[in-house]
Amino acid sequence: MTAAPATTAPAATTPGGASPVAVRSWKAPIAFAIFTVIAILLFFVVGRPDLEGDNPITTYRLSEGRDAIQLPPLTLGLAETTIVVVLLMVAATVGAVLLSRAAIRVPLWLTTVFAVLFLVGFLTWAAAGATVPLIGLLAGALTVSTPLIFGSLGGVISERVGVVNIAIEGQLLGGAFMAAMLGSLTGSPYVGLLGAMVAGALVSFVLAAFAIRYFVDQVIVGVVLNVLVLGLTSFLYSTVMVPNAETFNSPEKFERIAIPLLSEIPVLGPILFRQTVIVYLMYLAIFLVWFGLFKTRWGLRLRAVGEHPTAADTVGINVRATRFWNVLLAGAIVGGGGAFFTLAAVGSFGKDMTNGAGFIALAAVIFGRWDPIRATLAALLFGFATNLQSTLSIVGSPVPSEFMLMLPYVVTIVAVAGFVGLSRPPAASGKPYLKA
Amino acid sequence: MSTTTSPATPASAPETPAAPRSNQIMKEILGGSAAISVLAVVLALIAGGILIILTDERVAETSGYFFSRPTDTLGAAWQAVSGAYTALFRGSVFNYETDRGFAIAIRPLLETLTFATPLIAAGLGVALAFRVGLFNIGGRGQMLIAAAAAGYVGAYVPLPPVIHLVVALVVGIIGGALWGGIVGLLKARTGAHEVIVTIMLNYIAFYLVSFLLRTPGALQAPGQNNPKSGPMLESAQYPSLLGPQYNIDIGFILVIVATIYVWYLLNRSAMGFQFRAVGENPHAAQVAGINVKSVYVKVMLIAGALVGLAGVQQVLGNFTGGFAAGLDAGIGFDAITVALLGRSKPWGVFFAGILFGALKAGSFTMQSAEGIPVDIVLVVQSFIVLFIAAPPLVRAIFRLPTPDGSFQWRKPAIARKAEVSK
Repeated sequence: MTAAPATTAPAATTPGGASPVAVRSWKAPIAFAIFTVIAILLFFVVGRPDLEGDNPITTYRLSEGRDAIQLPPLTLGLAETTIVVVLLMVAATVGAVLLSRAAIRVPLWLTTVFAVLFLVGFLTWAAAGATVPLIGLLAGALTVSTPLIFGSLGGVISERVGVVNIAIEGQLLGGAFMAAMLGSLTGSPYVGLLGAMVAGALVSFVLAAFAIRYFVDQVIVGVVLNVLVLGLTSFLYSTVMVPNAETFNSPEKFERIAIPLLSEIPVLGPILFRQTVIVYLMYLAIFLVWFGLFKTRWGLRLRAVGEHPTAADTVGINVRATRFWNVLLAGAIVGGGGAFFTLAAVGSFGKDMTNGAGFIALAAVIFGRWDPIRATLAALLFGFATNLQSTLSIVGSPVPSEFMLMLPYVVTIVAVAGFVGLSRPPAASGKPYLKA
Repeated sequence: MSTTTSPATPASAPETPAAPRSNQIMKEILGGSAAISVLAVVLALIAGGILIILTDERVAETSGYFFSRPTDTLGAAWQAVSGAYTALFRGSVFNYETDRGFAIAIRPLLETLTFATPLIAAGLGVALAFRVGLFNIGGRGQMLIAAAAAGYVGAYVPLPPVIHLVVALVVGIIGGALWGGIVGLLKARTGAHEVIVTIMLNYIAFYLVSFLLRTPGALQAPGQNNPKSGPMLESAQYPSLLGPQYNIDIGFILVIVATIYVWYLLNRSAMGFQFRAVGENPHAAQVAGINVKSVYVKVMLIAGALVGLAGVQQVLGNFTGGFAAGLDAGIGFDAITVALLGRSKPWGVFFAGILFGALKAGSFTMQSAEGIPVDIVLVVQSFIVLFIAAPPLVRAIFRLPTPDGSFQWRKPAIARKAEVSK
């Protein structure tokens, strides 16, 4: 089952040398092969027997009515598209096998291309005979991904500094609640967003206090915090918000802002630049977290504390304080993502409205291997799967929606079980630091 | 099965093989005194009371003129809290307000036991895994799969009386065991962290069961459009224990048996000894010749089976009219709090389950009589666990001495101070 023995075989190349250790991993090619087989089974064995005609056509709408530059819709025939896609997938698999034989890691771009190929084929197959509003699908996917991305950024920071953050769900929910509350009371969504960040930081504060000060197991605190926040927000929702919905639960929503010029770029413009302020803040947050983690002193210290707290302590970094403040920061980021639910998506708070988004964000952290960019990509993939499911349920798809919704979770299990790539958390993540 | 560290767990490679953190935590929680448990419950009830006061309307009204007549506010606050907690008592133990005789007045207590039944079963499953150092957060998934399996047999496979019930029960338990076993297998074979796997399996089970519930021919009731199963056949339903006027059924006897079984397993059997050894320190257990990987698989199978018993209870005992995907009703997560409050000991879990059953049963009276939302139970429950999981905090609040290890209280005061301040 596992390819574990093979992975470490030629490890000893140049002891002490600067070159990275060559590792021969067969996991990527195996995953590629599995997906290629799935594609072949779906496209050619299962096919679309429910459709009339020998070659149904999938239409992709590339422009919305209000766009300045109108692109003609793209039409793909089912037969030729699936054949081309499968051939390319086979080629990518062969390429991955060759790379692995030469002990070269399969690059991220190849995996991405492979995933896009599979998705194009899958979409063409699933929506054959119908029209797919591509812009709406992708823009919606980005919207759905927003809280997931905020959640996974917070998760990455927290885990990188050595504190497991199971409480992402609670931080999102707390943020959503506080955003609705303060947004309604002050009438300003910006105050609401700020309140959401404070709420997320508060949840983090409890996590940090218990985990760092009292050495309580981080997983237990995280799980309990989720229940606590759910209980508190539901209780306050019933006692405070429901009787006075006007005052407490009718925040003003963020408007979609179209950025001049950029929003007129064909295809990309409407997807990326006709969004709410929260999404623009998200772009900024992704960049800042990535830059901060890998290019600044703050990031270096943070990672040092998460990987080897004793060493960090030896060189004079205050491990406890670093952990404490960064967990708070992580909570603030996640809480800000929680504001998305009440200030951008729904417009009012509801019981348990995050509905597991925090756990998908956690999944994205792991699938993204504790790296902000990869975690963002993973969150986008999960958001895309969720949005694809709702789009396909409108056009009528052969795949039951439950299986699409299940996808992030299955993918995560596959990832943590180590079938795809190496899944290695920060070394000291989850371990309290007891100064000797 | 060799001693080489697998690539998924390189963290422990260079250091001395001390027991993982989860094992130490387990030891701490086991070692805590019963006093801490009681104090944690008291603190949580106080916290709940504060929440009730803060959101009470009369308190808010009277606090407007607090400084001119503070007694009004205090009186309103006292009324709010005492009203809430007496309602909790009436709803969970003994309804002294009824005048229809003892048989009716005692009904809340039996309601409590009914609510406690699935909590105890699931709590045992979580506690058993916890004793081996594994966090079984997958209660929801294991319950759902067990319920779906038992529900299918119970609703659609007609069998002779007694046999039907037994078959449905066994099939359900096997379902839960397999869903739990996946976790153990992944943990043993690939080192995948059980917390992540169980959380993810919860959602997979939820969507899987949702799919089955809306698919005709699978679990959906024939001729219906709702995502709901058909009613359980008469022969598969749990027989009532004390007659039709009480909801309590034979499931309560089953959880007593389960509690005794877990007690026997942990304290009297060879397998339980292995479990406890791995829970103390898996590295040491490995050296002593215990097959740690197979222990992980075994314990998750049994834990899944116990949680599965809770799922079966839900479909064959509580929702006999047919079940939907929300049948777990949060029990999978409540079970974690039950296991922690019960200090992962079988009888501790039993009584913790009854306490939380009482909170649940009473919360409905609290809602109808005092207008306090049932969600207060979640708050109180999570406070209880937070306080229990942090004995130093409770000790700090009540200024109790700090018995860190079995002998450390003998240390001179200065050494203790140094420890506290670090």
